[in-house]
Amino acid sequence: MSEQRNDTKFINRQSFIELNARERAEILFDTGTSRELAGPFDRMESPWLAMQGVTPQADDGCVVMKGKISGQSTVVIALEGAFQGGSLGEVSGEKLTAALDLACADNEKGIRTNAVMLLETGGVRLQEANLGLASIAEIMASILVLRRHVPVICIIAGTVGCFGGMSLAAGLASYVVMTREARLGMNGPEVIEQTSGVEEFDSSDRALIWAIHGGEQRFAMGLADALVEDDAQQMVEAVQSFIAKGVPAVHRSSEIALYRSHIAALDASRQWDPKELRAIWKADVATEDTQ
Amino acid sequence: MEKIEFDYPAQHKVLKRAHVGVVGSGDLEVLLEPLEGDRAHVSIQTSVDGFKDTWKAVLDRFFAKYDGAVRIEIHDAGATPGSVLLRLEQAVEVSQR
Repeated sequence: MSEQRNDTKFINRQSFIELNARERAEILFDTGTSRELAGPFDRMESPWLAMQGVTPQADDGCVVMKGKISGQSTVVIALEGAFQGGSLGEVSGEKLTAALDLACADNEKGIRTNAVMLLETGGVRLQEANLGLASIAEIMASILVLRRHVPVICIIAGTVGCFGGMSLAAGLASYVVMTREARLGMNGPEVIEQTSGVEEFDSSDRALIWAIHGGEQRFAMGLADALVEDDAQQMVEAVQSFIAKGVPAVHRSSEIALYRSHIAALDASRQWDPKELRAIWKADVATEDTQ
Repeated sequence: MEKIEFDYPAQHKVLKRAHVGVVGSGDLEVLLEPLEGDRAHVSIQTSVDGFKDTWKAVLDRFFAKYDGAVRIEIHDAGATPGSVLLRLEQAVEVSQR
């Protein structure tokens, strides 16, 4: 991304991060082609939250929409980060899995259907523990089947980010699109601090968090395929470009030898600088930049 | 968590349903749907217990101006009375769009 940008254009842009899950999903589609499936009036709520004193949400924080992007049939699944941290419970997990599986069934019948996941999530919903964990296993299995037919595109726009089990789902995606504000990681900063101590990771140090989990770093390390501004138009164009690209020749998660050698080459006896990591990891990553 | 229900008299038929808001801290979700007959029914699920009188005051004020025959379902995560009223008015606006 160039340092110089058209400031007027940037100021007048439509923010993507400020949109809620439903608006984010809808804006990606060709105008007027989308419809929501299993929406709030279908009342697929979590049966587990109320018994633990937590108010449920009518769509369980998972929005599923079907429509056309670049004229191609596409399903978009968006997690609402404002509801329970976008966490995956039994119902939201099942909605996500079913959407991917229906897309897969269409592809197997010869009806090409792409998939986009908008992930703003802390991972498993702790109130639904094992059911959430089971959901994430199912989601990963469904992504692995679907990505043989069509690209599975993952967007992490922020500001919740994508953590826990769902970071594994993001890792299986064909393409990952991030913003500078977004974060992607297995264990979030608070979790690392709590389990390994503040000397290991200071979760109040925002510069440190973004230097490790931030979109810019993930893109520079080749763990994300596009870094876009917080701009709805740029997000739409990124999704369209990856749909046009189709299924990648090799998925990042299949590059086992490459990433094993990356990790083997790291000397864990000293502290690495995030910028050094960029130089080592990016050099021979197969996935190409889009920008 | 507390469940609260209210009924109000209503006159106007409502044609469209509306969904606004999110069950996020300090916010709420409102589902508004047409209801047969001449009444409005409100059901509330809130994570904050002991505010039934406040809910009644907010809804009394809302239904002093609004007379749609609707079923309103509220999922509340600790919204202030002001936010509740704004979300209700937003739901009405969306249902009239």
